Amino acid sequence: MSGASLKSHKFRLDREADWKQLEVLLKRLENRSIRSLTDAEMIALPALYRATLSSLSVARATSLDQDVIAYLESLSTRAYFSIYGNQTKMSARLRYFFTIGWPQAVQNITRETIASALIMFLGALLAYVLVRNNMDWYFSFMPEGLMGGRTPASTALELRDTLYHDGDKSGLTAFASYLFSHNSRVAILAFALGFAFAIPSATLVLYNGCTLGAFVALFVDKGLGFELGGWLIIHGATELFAIVLAGAAGMKIGWTVAFPGKMSRMEAVGKAGAESASVLGGVVIMLFLAGLLEGFGRQLITNDYARYGIGITTLLLWLAYFYLPRNFEAFKFDGTVGTS
Amino acid sequence: MSQAPKKSRANTSYNADRNVRTLITPEGIDLRLRIADGGARVGAFTIDLAIMIATLIAITYALSFTTIGMGDRGEEVVVAVWVMLAFFLRNFYFMFFEMGPKAATPGKRAMKIRVANRHGGHLKANAVFARNAMRELEFFLPLSFFFSAIFMMNQGVDGWLTLLGLIWSFIFLLFPLFNKDRLRAGDLIAGTWVVKSPKPFLSKDLAESQKSDGRYRFSQSQIDAYGVKELHVLENVLRKNDPKTIEEVTTRIMTKIEWADPTNADASHASRLEFLNAYYAALRGKLETKLLFGVRRADKFDKR
Repeated sequence: MSGASLKSHKFRLDREADWKQLEVLLKRLENRSIRSLTDAEMIALPALYRATLSSLSVARATSLDQDVIAYLESLSTRAYFSIYGNQTKMSARLRYFFTIGWPQAVQNITRETIASALIMFLGALLAYVLVRNNMDWYFSFMPEGLMGGRTPASTALELRDTLYHDGDKSGLTAFASYLFSHNSRVAILAFALGFAFAIPSATLVLYNGCTLGAFVALFVDKGLGFELGGWLIIHGATELFAIVLAGAAGMKIGWTVAFPGKMSRMEAVGKAGAESASVLGGVVIMLFLAGLLEGFGRQLITNDYARYGIGITTLLLWLAYFYLPRNFEAFKFDGTVGTS
Repeated sequence: MSQAPKKSRANTSYNADRNVRTLITPEGIDLRLRIADGGARVGAFTIDLAIMIATLIAITYALSFTTIGMGDRGEEVVVAVWVMLAFFLRNFYFMFFEMGPKAATPGKRAMKIRVANRHGGHLKANAVFARNAMRELEFFLPLSFFFSAIFMMNQGVDGWLTLLGLIWSFIFLLFPLFNKDRLRAGDLIAGTWVVKSPKPFLSKDLAESQKSDGRYRFSQSQIDAYGVKELHVLENVLRKNDPKTIEEVTTRIMTKIEWADPTNADASHASRLEFLNAYYAALRGKLETKLLFGVRRADKFDKR
């Protein structure tokens, strides 16, 4: 009885039930999902949250019980994270990503994408010219792992064989998944390296271009240019585009680190990073598709014209998806990812 | 005059923790967040890494059985599946857990820390993606440089170049040590930070636990001996309930307030605890009453 004579203790006794109820709801929310709450509990949650915040304010001003204040502080923080945290359904988030998030982010780095594509083209051109002049350069540009027995010493027949029968020899699925994870890592690295003022990203893209150029030069040298084009474009339209985008995303970050513009450096980098991350998320999806095209499409379709047709179609589809002007506001999202 | 510095010290002791950041909720309340310290971060990452490696070993072990009875073709498929799983594990382990409602990987949960948006509000999926994609630069790049540095130690220029690369990549690995918010490069570009998520439980109110029915009565001047700072110290002492400290503190307070109580002659631990509880309740009552009138008596030097 004597304890309750303290106003702060009475305050606590009056509200403790609410706090405990919020704690129980939070625990369920954190362990499972929002769907584990009933309608009544859903309605109660924000009210309990605000009541707890209000209790915290009052306790800070009137109570000297450290334990209560610390408890309320932590409970409010947990509730804040839960209520303002990730509660969107995965399907809604994905829908947002594919309709708005991804194409918009890609459009926002158009300048970097052009630069990145030019750098890759430059690398390819450089390697092509060098290798055509002197075949020894081939070995400087191609990593051994990617050569797969395709060297200047191979005959035209052998090389032609690799264009149409790689599936039988090297274990199609293993090859596809190796390339998928290899390329994805190159892409993620190109993105991450951008942080160091964009130059390493550009170098990596340039180097990728060099590999491509050297490869093309070898086949052109043996009179297999057209056939190689089909072999490359069927998946390359997606894959090379993806690597260009990853490099561009990295460059965007590096450029912002160096020149943040009007915003503070931290803010600018945070904004650029969030945008670039959307691009990178999409890049991984593109590489996955490229891996499928490479592993299955290319093995099943050995007609050069069909390969060209598929490659060019995918390229056009990507370009249309990313760059066709559209009104992003028209989609039924009210600005935030969290509320739909 | 001599009171001023004392007062400010008492105030800072409340916020002394350099790791505290405030976050204003949309309701206008400032919540105090604690930045996770480096040790917890390293610990969490080590646990996650161990889990990833263990999972990978388990996958390898499980898959090695499935190849039995299959031909060469089957083996290839199994290798392909392994590569895919390893890739998903390496790249999506962190993202999967941090996008969940707890915003923390198992390692982070074990260390009671979590990822949060630095500007308050939602932790967006792309932020989680960005901060984890950067691990490629911050952890895997230094790691690969480290191994190639070992292998290329005696290879002249190449060895030296690799060493330079290693040093360069260490900038990213050690990035969190050089800023006060312990931000990784990934946190920097994602606009996130890692904070403590303590889950304390509400203990019993100490003012409630006293059972002495007015056995201890304190005069006004006796209660006026201390301020808020001392009250909080006393609260901590009572909650820890360490006999030796209780004894010392009891003697201190009794001397200070010139307590003369014949009933306390037996001087058992229980009676001391009773005395301290009673004094705590009295002191808190007095100080809280003052608080309601707008006076927060910081400590015993504060003559208000």
